[in-house]
Amino acid sequence: MAMTMLRSSNLQTVPVSFTLNGKLQELDVEPHELLLDVIRDRLGLTGAKRSCDVQVCGACTLLVDGRPVSACTTLAFEVRGRSVMTIEGLAENGKLHPLQQAFIEHGGFQCGFCTPGMILAAKALLDENPRPTEEELKHFMHGNICRCTGYKKIIESIMAAAKNMSEATQPGN
Amino acid sequence: MLRRFRLEEPRSIAEVSELLGRFGDSAKVYAGGTELLLAMKEGFVQFERLVNVKGVTGLNEVKQNNGEVHIGALSTHRELENSPILKEKVPALAKLEKNVANVRVRQVGTLGGNLCFAEPHADPGTLLIALEARLVAEKGDRKREIAAESFFVDAYETALEPDEVLTQIIVPVPAQPSGICYMKFGYLERPSVGLAVAVKLNTAKTEIDDIRIAVGCAGPAPKRVAEAEALLKGKSLDEATRNIPQAGETSGRASQAISDLHGAQDYKEHIVQVLLKRSFQSALSQCT
Repeated sequence: MAMTMLRSSNLQTVPVSFTLNGKLQELDVEPHELLLDVIRDRLGLTGAKRSCDVQVCGACTLLVDGRPVSACTTLAFEVRGRSVMTIEGLAENGKLHPLQQAFIEHGGFQCGFCTPGMILAAKALLDENPRPTEEELKHFMHGNICRCTGYKKIIESIMAAAKNMSEATQPGN
Repeated sequence: MLRRFRLEEPRSIAEVSELLGRFGDSAKVYAGGTELLLAMKEGFVQFERLVNVKGVTGLNEVKQNNGEVHIGALSTHRELENSPILKEKVPALAKLEKNVANVRVRQVGTLGGNLCFAEPHADPGTLLIALEARLVAEKGDRKREIAAESFFVDAYETALEPDEVLTQIIVPVPAQPSGICYMKFGYLERPSVGLAVAVKLNTAKTEIDDIRIAVGCAGPAPKRVAEAEALLKGKSLDEATRNIPQAGETSGRASQAISDLHGAQDYKEHIVQVLLKRSFQSALSQCT
């Protein structure tokens, strides 16, 4: 007991206040805590997956201020004052995001393990480039690995979502 | 899993330098963390303290200055890939940045961090050597410039002193008519061989006025290959083209290629030859 108190009095913590899927979160983290562990284990959102753990596969992709990062290799304190989106925050009022809808309609996933990362990376792509060419899409998404689909269905899903989303924002629709 | 460490958050370069001097080997600069955190998670290195330099302002700007581009060391790969100044003045570097790792790594990884970590399988150092870039190192009120070709000492080892901080990368804008090409080869996440050629022709475009060749990734550190440059410099385009196979062999040997997961030594040396030929042709084709 004395040991524990001694140790805890030496611990450094960083107060972190950030927006998670639109809601304010405030918690103290230790400097070495990883964003993926905080999101999954402390905040209970398990959409982002730990897989390669070395920023290669994309299964842990989250959006920080709208940009894709590997949560497995991001220190949790880095999201101070920022906005984090996980796959759980993408649907609005129970209505799936057009990307989620397109992945269902076009068979963009099988086992589903890579899907949260795929969809968030694709959202980041379409936010900056609403109508990407297939080549632009492949370049942006090449760091997200899928072992089931062979990628063709994923590409089709994202291209379909891009089309649907831009048609929905055309004036007169 | 990461072990516990303490976090320092200095606001100025002087403070960073002071912390590095005070804590020595037990502290390490932390910027994007894309290399450092991986090595720490694997247990290859441990530090009691990380010095987060992202709180130092003004280190992520790209500016033009007297025919040179000044790049703040904290510029991320993604910022550089999209930098209008870089795309206009040194498009080969912007293109290289666009192809570093994947979009998540580019989003947080910094050019300065990439250079300081000196992981052998990295892209930027090789091209920066060919571009005759200079790296600005600061500590206290002392500032010095290190030529890119002298910066890389060995794998994971640079010419920086323990309390020096890399603050800027200065890239001269190439004089025309010139062409620059960086090519890499690899089938793993990281490049197995990288090669850069920067060529400058005479005004009549009949001779090679100047040429810089650098090779990286195959061995412990990126390096300039002056011996191969000498085979091409001052030569007519025809003569230079004839000398390319020999320059390729020389570059292959100079790469200090090692046999590892990326391939056998002779295989990598062969790839260097192929990349030199292709890069040279591509650089020449840009000399319009």
